[in-house]
Amino acid sequence: MKQLSSRLNERIGDNLLTLVATAGMLFLYIPVLVLIVFSFNDNRSLTLPLRGFTLKWYEKFLSNSDMLTAIGNSLYVATVATAVTIVIGTVAAFALDRVTFPGKTVFRRLILLPIALPGIITGISMLNMFKLMGINLSLETVILGHATGLVSIVVTQVYARLQRFNRRIEEASSDLGARPWQTFFYVTLPNIRLALIGSALLSFTVSFDEIPVTFFLTGRDNTLPMYIYSTLRRGITPEINAVGTVIVVLSLGLIILSVYLLRQSEKE
Amino acid sequence: MNDIIQIRNVTKTYPGNVTAVDDLSLSVREGEFVTLLGPSGCGKTTTLRMVAGFELPTSGQIFLAGEDVTDRPPYERQVNTVFQDYALFPHMNISENVGYGLRVAGMAKADIKPAVDAALATVGLMDKAAVRPGNLSGGQKQRVALARALVRKPKVLLLDEPLSALDAKLREAMQVELKHLHEQLGITFIFVTHDQKEALVMSDRVIVMEHGRIVQSGTPSDLYDHPVKPYVADFIGNSNKLYGKIVSADAGQVTLQVGANSVQSTPGQTRYAPGDEVLATVRPEKVRLLADGEDTGNFSVIPGTVREVLFHGSSCRLEVDIGEGQLFDVDVQLERALHTSGIHGSGASVNLAINPDMVSVFPIAEDNV
Repeated sequence: MKQLSSRLNERIGDNLLTLVATAGMLFLYIPVLVLIVFSFNDNRSLTLPLRGFTLKWYEKFLSNSDMLTAIGNSLYVATVATAVTIVIGTVAAFALDRVTFPGKTVFRRLILLPIALPGIITGISMLNMFKLMGINLSLETVILGHATGLVSIVVTQVYARLQRFNRRIEEASSDLGARPWQTFFYVTLPNIRLALIGSALLSFTVSFDEIPVTFFLTGRDNTLPMYIYSTLRRGITPEINAVGTVIVVLSLGLIILSVYLLRQSEKE
Repeated sequence: MNDIIQIRNVTKTYPGNVTAVDDLSLSVREGEFVTLLGPSGCGKTTTLRMVAGFELPTSGQIFLAGEDVTDRPPYERQVNTVFQDYALFPHMNISENVGYGLRVAGMAKADIKPAVDAALATVGLMDKAAVRPGNLSGGQKQRVALARALVRKPKVLLLDEPLSALDAKLREAMQVELKHLHEQLGITFIFVTHDQKEALVMSDRVIVMEHGRIVQSGTPSDLYDHPVKPYVADFIGNSNKLYGKIVSADAGQVTLQVGANSVQSTPGQTRYAPGDEVLATVRPEKVRLLADGEDTGNFSVIPGTVREVLFHGSSCRLEVDIGEGQLFDVDVQLERALHTSGIHGSGASVNLAINPDMVSVFPIAEDNV
């Protein structure tokens, strides 16, 4: 009897957990679903009932040259910021893992600080710096601003991977006659590749929809989030829903790609 | 024969003033199978890593085939290592692992393949060429690590406790295989282990180390029968310890008093005088049980009482009380034990006969144990 009731409790507990989890998921994803549905709805205002299927909002955003420029700017900023970050972050992670130098602890804390700093602080301080140095604001200053924050993402990921890395296989490589650069490209790099890809994808996404730092550091050029934000003053248009849907689909694609890559490498 | 490796007065000190290797000098002849034996922290692995080039000596020199390689990086030394955890490349399959050393040397793909195939054939893993290391058993990984090191045709193969991760059965099989491989290839092997049985089975020469220094270097039987220190007697095999005093010392033969018994020994060069406190060690299997009325010859005889009989399969161990509660272990081959089983029950009285040549004597001051 006791056994039965405990099993019953377990059953109820499981069901409750499923319920709560489902509710949480719905809360997170229903807005996204609404966005997608309304991007195909043949009505200017976002009200029910739905009026029928249309692709005209997609046509509209594809012919909106301001928006296309903004998307192009965002892709440019995210790509370059990610590339810069990966190089600097990887070098820094190696330094933290393998080199002993004075002030190493301070260096580690400092490099991780930007992730804890509000974007507003980063934005204002870099804005001051650029003004002091007499540098004009542009997409390139945005890239530098993003990179400072993203470096901490890459360093944490790559450093964590290096800490788990079996240094013996580098010794084995060297023992087998490989010069240091051969060991790096043939043995070290392939084994930390996933941490690199993972942090690159993450950096790209973070940079792509970053607002606060961009707000302070951009010149006349707008990135996509900034552009969307500026058009919101005139209310949410179905056009925004359309571009939102495209971003959702692309992000989903990126995530599935990264999961697939991770699975593949686990098989290895 | 030529010395393929010479280690001259090498010292390795780590930060914090930890001395891992202390003024060690050692020569290894070409084609020799040398084992560095000792407990963990005795400096054996550090010595090996300095020969490989992973660690630089604090002072001293290392010569490989007559060339000073002390400051050369690992990739410029013609030695290869089999690591304790194998250190196979997880992202490469077996043939890529084995061919790695040839690939980085710039060998053409067409030449690498036959060399890899031959190496895999040597270790019997032809069918695993396309498999990744993660899908191999410990024993198979071991073979891959061997093949990978051997494909470079090194002058010296360094083995850092390569068998310690294998189970007992497999370890014994691999010991024999390694020994065969050594004979077949004629390459110099330097093997590091803390397992004395392993060292005795495989080596031409065993070097016992303690606190970064060499305690004794010799053939396995040398070390076993004539240890120079109680440490060696203790580390290799089992020993009975008898504490006593020298009562007479002639040329080549000393007599010592152990409790109520007297024991003869033929010590090596060490000179003793009557009254010296000494420690004598005797191997359990070098003791014979005397049959009634048997002539003792020049053997020492110690009477005792059997306290315990432990069955070991091929042999039996008797724990014999030789007075004042001191227990003395005697190993008896089972066949002989059967013949004389009548007297070997617990509580039986026995006479132990000990060959003076099999008794090692040490001044008591040296005995730190």
